[in-house]
Amino acid sequence: MIPLTVNGQPLTVPPGTTVAAAVMRVQPAFRRSVTGESRGPLCGMGICMECRVTLNGHPHERSCQLLCAPGMEITTP
Amino acid sequence: MTRTLVIGGGPAGLAAAWAAAQSGQAVTLLDDNPALGGQIWRGQIPARYRRFLDPRITVQTGVQIHSASQLPPADRIILATGTRELFLPFPGWTLPHVLGAGGLQALVKGGLPIAGKRIVVAGSGPLLLAVAAYLRRRGAKILLVAEQAPYPRIAAFTRGLWRHPAKLLEAAQLGFGLRYRPDSWPLRADPGSVTLQGHGVIPCDYLACGFGLVVNTELAELLGCRVENERVLTDPDQRTTVPHIFFAGAGSVDRSLLEGQIAGFGPERGRALHAARAAAVAFDRRIDETFALRPELSSLTTPDTIVCRCEDVPFRAIWPHRDWRSAKLQTRCGMGPCQGRICGPALAHLCGWPAASVRPPLFPTRLENLLDLRD
Ligand SMILES: Cc1cc2nc3c(=O)[nH]c(=O)nc-3n(C[C@H](O)[C@H](O)[C@H](O)COP(=O)(O)OP(=O)(O)OC[C@H]3O[C@@H](n4cnc5c(N)ncnc54)[C@H](O)[C@@H]3O)c2cc1C
Ligand code: FES
Repeated sequence: MIPLTVNGQPLTVPPGTTVAAAVMRVQPAFRRSVTGESRGPLCGMGICMECRVTLNGHPHERSCQLLCAPGMEITTP
Repeated sequence: MTRTLVIGGGPAGLAAAWAAAQSGQAVTLLDDNPALGGQIWRGQIPARYRRFLDPRITVQTGVQIHSASQLPPADRIILATGTRELFLPFPGWTLPHVLGAGGLQALVKGGLPIAGKRIVVAGSGPLLLAVAAYLRRRGAKILLVAEQAPYPRIAAFTRGLWRHPAKLLEAAQLGFGLRYRPDSWPLRADPGSVTLQGHGVIPCDYLACGFGLVVNTELAELLGCRVENERVLTDPDQRTTVPHIFFAGAGSVDRSLLEGQIAGFGPERGRALHAARAAAVAFDRRIDETFALRPELSSLTTPDTIVCRCEDVPFRAIWPHRDWRSAKLQTRCGMGPCQGRICGPALAHLCGWPAASVRPPLFPTRLENLLDLRD
């Protein structure tokens, strides 16, 4: 199992879990749109950019295309 | 030795890479996902296709090609960049519990627990059934599968399947016990529910909704290949209008595998597969006719419905514009990070606008990546 945090909350996920699937275990919303709406993943395949999160301090990472790794810190607004 | 570069590691790209390696070409296979297998297999390649993973192929995953300067040197390029889902805007489609049908399936394959969740699957095409069956196997409660196509067309298509016993069996197994309802589509979504044509308000945890597939033609266009009617033009050998570039796939799995092999083997050996491909293409055409979108779907988008999710542009703001270029410049529609990949096909459907051409880089990149752009 892989330990990580989503907005500071500790979580463990099985190997092979994408960052998007890890966030969705905790909450449906991933980002705020330009007018402030809550948004979450749409396409699941790296195209729509709705699943962007801040990963280990890097903003705008497409969470559906990345696999979880031990110690990852994921944050959403 | 011929150096062949294959971009895209779904059924078409895997078949192409294998066939090229079999014919003695030096093959590199690139894909932007963490694992090979494309949209259908996602890293879980079925046993009977694992032979495609020829050890002579150089594989690089997690690599996204967004400009010509990134391409390693090659004598032949085979593009197998596949498809994405078509999303049509309706009130509430931007809510977090509304995902693509293939989109939700991809997230579950990526480790999202779905057991016990109440799901409505909606939109159009054979993918809806595949997704509903998959989610049910993973323990989800599929409340209803709403297919926009009219009942008589679905019935005629199913009757015609007797000529394809394997496909009939597959459809029967997938569909067994599912509430599959033609003539139905989402009218609106609200937090925790969806309203379906003919079925009223249905409370649900997720609405998984896609209206068919759109070919990813952007990279082909960027490399100068001609695109017509939303498909990359190819000759019988899968060659595009640029002589050393081939395009394969973006159809059903059968067709994608055949096109990949034809492109990989090259004209001589590939010719033996032309008849099988013609049959697969004919079957795909019947699917397209069966699941053609009904005109009423265009009226789902209300003036206040957001059409461009990146820039939150409502449909109302698009009206004064006669083409996409003008709408883009004046409203920023399609100018956000998805570069019009979601709203472009939607507006093509709503307004009849052809998709605007792409410019490099295909995806916004970090500045440090842009600095080594050579072309
Ligand atoms: C979300 C989704 C789910 C689907 N699920 C099913 C299903 O369950 N059952 C079914 O029968 N059919 C499914 N399909 C249809 C299926 O994809 C096709 O039938 C067929 O498999 C297409 O194969 P392909 O190799 O042409 O494309 P794909 O399988 O789409 O493979 C294309 C690959 O190219 C990669 N790629 C694209 N552009 C780039 C780039 N610029 N740089 C690097 N890599 C790139 C993609 O990441 C992808 O891995 C699905 C389609 C979609 C869009
Ligand atoms: S969900 Fe669309 S890019 Fe990740």
